[in-house]
Amino acid sequence: MLRILNKIRKIGIVTEPVAAEPSLEALGIEVKRRVGRRMRGSFAIRAVDAGSCNGCELEVHALNNPFYDVERFGVHFVASPRHADALLVTGPVSRHMAAALQRTYAATPAPKWVIAVGDCAVGGGEFGCSYASLGGVDKVVPVDIVIPGCPPTPTALLRGLLELLKADS
Amino acid sequence: MIRFEWLSELLARCEDEHVLVRHGSATQLALVHLLDIDHEDWGSFAAVAHAYGCRWSAVWADQVDSGLFNLNACFEYRGDYLVVRAGVDLRQPVLPSQTPWFPAANRPERHVQDMFGIVFSDHPDARRWTRHQAWSEGHYPLRRDFPAEGDRGGEICAPDADYPFFQVQGTGVYEIPVGPVHAGIIEPGHFRFQALGETVLNLEERLGYVHKGIEKIAEGRDAAGLARLAGRVCGDSSVAHAWAACMAMERAARCSVPPRALHLRAVLVERERIANHLGDIGAVCNDVGFAFAHYQFGRLRETWQRVNGQVFGHRLLMDCVIPGGVSRDLDAAQLDALKASHAELGGELEELSPIVDYHPSLEDRLLGTGVLTPETAALLGTVGYVGKASGRDYDLRRDHAYAPYHRLQVESPVFREGDVAARLRVRTHEIGHSLALIQQLLDTLPEGETALPWQPPASGAEGLGLLEGWRGEVLCYVRFGDAGKVARFFPRDPSWLIWPALEQLIHGNIVPDFPVCNKSVNASYSGHDL
Repeated sequence: MLRILNKIRKIGIVTEPVAAEPSLEALGIEVKRRVGRRMRGSFAIRAVDAGSCNGCELEVHALNNPFYDVERFGVHFVASPRHADALLVTGPVSRHMAAALQRTYAATPAPKWVIAVGDCAVGGGEFGCSYASLGGVDKVVPVDIVIPGCPPTPTALLRGLLELLKADS
Repeated sequence: MIRFEWLSELLARCEDEHVLVRHGSATQLALVHLLDIDHEDWGSFAAVAHAYGCRWSAVWADQVDSGLFNLNACFEYRGDYLVVRAGVDLRQPVLPSQTPWFPAANRPERHVQDMFGIVFSDHPDARRWTRHQAWSEGHYPLRRDFPAEGDRGGEICAPDADYPFFQVQGTGVYEIPVGPVHAGIIEPGHFRFQALGETVLNLEERLGYVHKGIEKIAEGRDAAGLARLAGRVCGDSSVAHAWAACMAMERAARCSVPPRALHLRAVLVERERIANHLGDIGAVCNDVGFAFAHYQFGRLRETWQRVNGQVFGHRLLMDCVIPGGVSRDLDAAQLDALKASHAELGGELEELSPIVDYHPSLEDRLLGTGVLTPETAALLGTVGYVGKASGRDYDLRRDHAYAPYHRLQVESPVFREGDVAARLRVRTHEIGHSLALIQQLLDTLPEGETALPWQPPASGAEGLGLLEGWRGEVLCYVRFGDAGKVARFFPRDPSWLIWPALEQLIHGNIVPDFPVCNKSVNASYSGHDL
């Protein structure tokens, strides 16, 4: 126990201003304010992997690590579409996942947003359109904002999320 | 050690069992022995190989002309790899199965069945596997006459609702369907539990949801395009798959890779191993509510990935491995940054490893949880850290030493407990060993080129890439067609060999321990579904 406490004391809190980009930090503060007013303090996201290679998931995960700590802006990931304000969809939408994505969208209460994350979700990416892949999230559900990248970095993800919130409010 | 000194004995056994080996070649597939057999002997050969003690590794088919498939199966014995090949007539594509002898062949053979329409006559489980509803029964995507774009346009196909799951019945037995969309930020797949109270009686996995047609869309690509695609077979194993694909292409083209590039590839793959182990150690701890370790290991992983980004230009190291070498060289400042990052991690782990190893609340939840016995692991031919935690002492870097590992001292941890704690311990040990390896690699980094220009090989040239990724053995087969274009690409992620272990190790555990058991195995969905 002492070792744990000692390590906690030594490391402290590593959460940092958003990637040392002043505009982003300003945006973060503003979005937090808007989330507070318009979203009653919480913006809930349900992540859906619709055929990604897992690269995007790793970077979405990173949003929750102690450096980015996306919850400080009132943005958090939820376990059910029923609790979600937005769906974050990765992958080119494999045909085997298309129906599941449609159903997840239907299960999300309106008003709702869809965020297409990664080059595959935006336009098929490396996998394109084939007998097994539909080639983009907008082929299945309406998309409100895209965050390209292969995969997008956590900073790019954060910027995309903040812009979505800002644009809509 | 002399390579393949056992082969003549195996061939003698084949003769005893009347398995006709028509032709053998040690050169057609570089570093691997290729044996041609009759398709009727497909099952009998497996029986001989099983009795001899070979491990089954992979099966893949390849349509070589309009009427003929080549079916290949790969076996390993003492670090040597053997590929057996049989011609299968398209008009009557039926042959015996190898699954009765090697359970690991079960799903891979069903994948071949779904993709090529090759039927394994005595397969114990003939249900479809990779195919859901994206293409119809009786159509086979990897046959030449199947168009890559499919025949359904933009139609959204129906969910795969009528898959015949295994049933368990009895008083108080209930069923829990989970997925394909899971509660966390993870890949999709379906798990069907039968439980009695909290205890899992049976788990059946249903995968294939992220099938993206990788094998089909690889056809017609050039070497650079294939390396890019291979780096996205499985995003957490980008370096391993890209390297395996390049290794296969380079062996097919008889192309040598500069020593400096080989060292840098090994540095990349070890950094990938460490990044994934760091993330998973934190995640396993998080699944049993130990937030401290989740925070600390998440921090280490992020710091590690940032160095990847600064030094190699990509946080997940994608597109660093290219045919003929690596895409970027390192200058002195970057080498110093790498060395500093390794020293820093080493220091951190000195403090953190003892905490994770000896924390009572972790021991309480992880010791004895999700046990894969050494016997089951041997039966399933499990590889990687899942195998190493269950007595499978096999690591290609040491036992099938490929460049540059053949010059290095590779240590590989092995335990016999087979529980979540043992899998975690393999990973903490592997991080330490990888750090030592990277130091050796950088200390002896040769001068010179980092890539040679790519020369496409003649039509028909083929190669097999084999290496130890962070999950275990990665295999990749490439055959070239005309004009240096890829005619066949088959990446075999180690996940094929570790997913079946999860179904076994969960027996008798409680349903709430499934997440931690699953995370401790962490098989890939994308790498498996292709």
